[in-house]
Amino acid sequence: MGEIKVMREDLRPPAPPPRRHFISITDVARDDLERLMATARTFERSLDREVKKLPTLKGRLVINMFYESSTRTSSSFELAAKRLSADTMSIKASGSSVDKGESLKDTAITLGAYDPDVIVIRHPQIGAPQLVARATEAHVVNAGDGKHQHPTQALLDLYAIRQELGRIEGLHVAIVGDVLHSRVARSLAQALIVMGARVTLVGPPALLPRGIEAMGCEATTDIDTIGAADIVYVLRMQRERMQEGANYVPSLREYTARWGVTPERLRPGQKVMHPGPMNRGVEIDPRVADDADALIEAQVRAGLVTRMAVLYDLLVGAPAPVPVGDPVGVA
Amino acid sequence: MLYAKSAPMENLVVRGARVLDPAQGVDAVMDVRVDDGVVAALGAALDTNSHRVIEGQGLVLAPAFVDPHVHLRTPGREDEETIASGTAAAAAGGYCAILAMPNTDPVVDSAATLGSLVETARAEAEVPVGFLAAITKGQAGGELTEMAELAGAGAVGFSDDGMPVASPGLMRRALQYRSVTGRRIALHCEETTLSRGGHMHEGAVSAELGFGGYPSVAESLMVERDLALAAYEEQPLHLLHLSAWESVQAVRRAQQAGVAVTAEVTPHHLCRTDEAIRSLDPNLKMNPPLRGESDRTALIEGLKDGVIGAIATDHAPHARHEKEVPFEAAPFGVTGLETAFSALYTHLVAPGLVPLATILERMTAGPARAYGLDEPRIAVGAPANLVLLDLKASWRVTEDVFRSRSVNSWLLGETVKGRVRATVAAGRLAYSA
Repeated sequence: MGEIKVMREDLRPPAPPPRRHFISITDVARDDLERLMATARTFERSLDREVKKLPTLKGRLVINMFYESSTRTSSSFELAAKRLSADTMSIKASGSSVDKGESLKDTAITLGAYDPDVIVIRHPQIGAPQLVARATEAHVVNAGDGKHQHPTQALLDLYAIRQELGRIEGLHVAIVGDVLHSRVARSLAQALIVMGARVTLVGPPALLPRGIEAMGCEATTDIDTIGAADIVYVLRMQRERMQEGANYVPSLREYTARWGVTPERLRPGQKVMHPGPMNRGVEIDPRVADDADALIEAQVRAGLVTRMAVLYDLLVGAPAPVPVGDPVGVA
Repeated sequence: MLYAKSAPMENLVVRGARVLDPAQGVDAVMDVRVDDGVVAALGAALDTNSHRVIEGQGLVLAPAFVDPHVHLRTPGREDEETIASGTAAAAAGGYCAILAMPNTDPVVDSAATLGSLVETARAEAEVPVGFLAAITKGQAGGELTEMAELAGAGAVGFSDDGMPVASPGLMRRALQYRSVTGRRIALHCEETTLSRGGHMHEGAVSAELGFGGYPSVAESLMVERDLALAAYEEQPLHLLHLSAWESVQAVRRAQQAGVAVTAEVTPHHLCRTDEAIRSLDPNLKMNPPLRGESDRTALIEGLKDGVIGAIATDHAPHARHEKEVPFEAAPFGVTGLETAFSALYTHLVAPGLVPLATILERMTAGPARAYGLDEPRIAVGAPANLVLLDLKASWRVTEDVFRSRSVNSWLLGETVKGRVRATVAAGRLAYSA
């Protein structure tokens, strides 16, 4: 019996494509964001129908691991999976083995034993999604890791901007508030820059991380600069992340007086966005939040279809789909 | 001040290696004969008698290394490292002597704890090991340890490594009292009100990744304070693991002003920057953190011009389950004993940034001088402390190569150049491969 000593390069089985994740905006290119938005748009049309469920991900399993509290993100991921007919499971830190001190890696291996197709994870620590990706065979979606990244929030914000203003390239977006502690600010700024928008970060000096301009944006403490922007994106003042005695700002009262987004600091026609949940009267004046120029509801609507697009993109892949049962346009 | 298990002294000949001892001005291809653990002859075609023969053709024979800064995790965390495993790792890294830090559990702050370590080292240490004792009881920063008694019991120096001596008043008292002990004080310089909550160097990378920043000034401010106190008290001082450009400048100024300050730097701070943290790999998390390229450049310059006289690994073993967590949850510290020379050869010598002779001097005579130890040298009559280096070999750093009980190496997965082939420590063949 002859042994095959050498396998010729062209006889080797093709390597499987690398397992894809959606963990950081820095991993994706403009084309990827455009494709995801196009997919989201087709799903948005499908949601206008009477029966909103699509069979696309039937038999697939999506596990949501939420180690931090969340309303919008967890509910929209769950609904996105259900609208695509996937099975879903939700694990929360409280009431699970995490309470008993189980490590993230062990929890991930345990859940990995169910062969999930996608694991959506939110975790208070940077890099938790990468750890889950190493420990399981699932596609991993980052639903927020510490102060690092929240890429689906950035995607839904891009989508909402494109829907409402018709374009992203060339827009000037001011992101205002606690940039230091904000994963939303980081991932959105990166996504906007990739899409060709101009980004200015505005906030108190200690809440603008030193060196942040290297991402390709501007940074200033001067709130009056927001008047020049097309969109003012207001960040939540994350009180739960404020360390005792850290003195990032002397008081919330002083923060609001100096950096709160009020009608007086805006000019007519400027669009205002906020990732929620809002602290009305702290970072955003209630009159601004309820104004017709606020895109806050559009952001929430965009959350569902963009997360459907992310799940679809990871499991079914490019190119953008023709939704099942949708009449194909004939010229 | 150095302790190892007793073993019969070696009779051996290393034949035909390039013998390189920068401090002795030796650089020639010749044989080296060791009789009963002592260098007995250097020269061409030496008689091998009935000695063990080690072929050295194509290899470099240099004085073995001294690591002034390791963590042996004993007592308290013997699952991470023991005196036996840590000194075996040291032997594999080419070291003939290592100094262990006292931040164990319990802290080495009494003659009793120190005595038990000395006893263990005499039973199981593969290469000589010295033990530093704490400056303050429990390293709590409140009261001085009984430094004179500890020196008498064998402490090689004093350090609260892992944390600073926060109080300037207490730091001054420690400097005053060290004069009666004859031992050096070694300081971990960190102003914790500036570093608190920091997981990596504060800069563009931390800003983008969202990590809490540990700014350079948290180190350099404390360096400046300690240099001012040492100058005022006219006492010598050793500064541990410098990481920042500002710290190097401060030490240079102090040395020019006549302060007796020595300083060390780690291979990881010489070879990597904060850019590497983009991988989010907890095996790149240490204190002080990897800093920017300008800091790395300043450290290399300081090493070359002698402002930084010693290379120290700050070998800090951690259990696997403690490092297989998100970056922020991981403890500070990386291992380094077994990779130090290869890392420095690959990243500094091979690209032409630092001469080999400088690296060798800073890994041997430099650290020995900082603590007043005998300098390893290749000269007739000197105890045999030798390392045989294969500069042409390359090898891949994988978990299974380590003799350390821990595998949290910052070089895992990398292919490096330069390999230790044999180590003779205090007259005994401690390692050969």
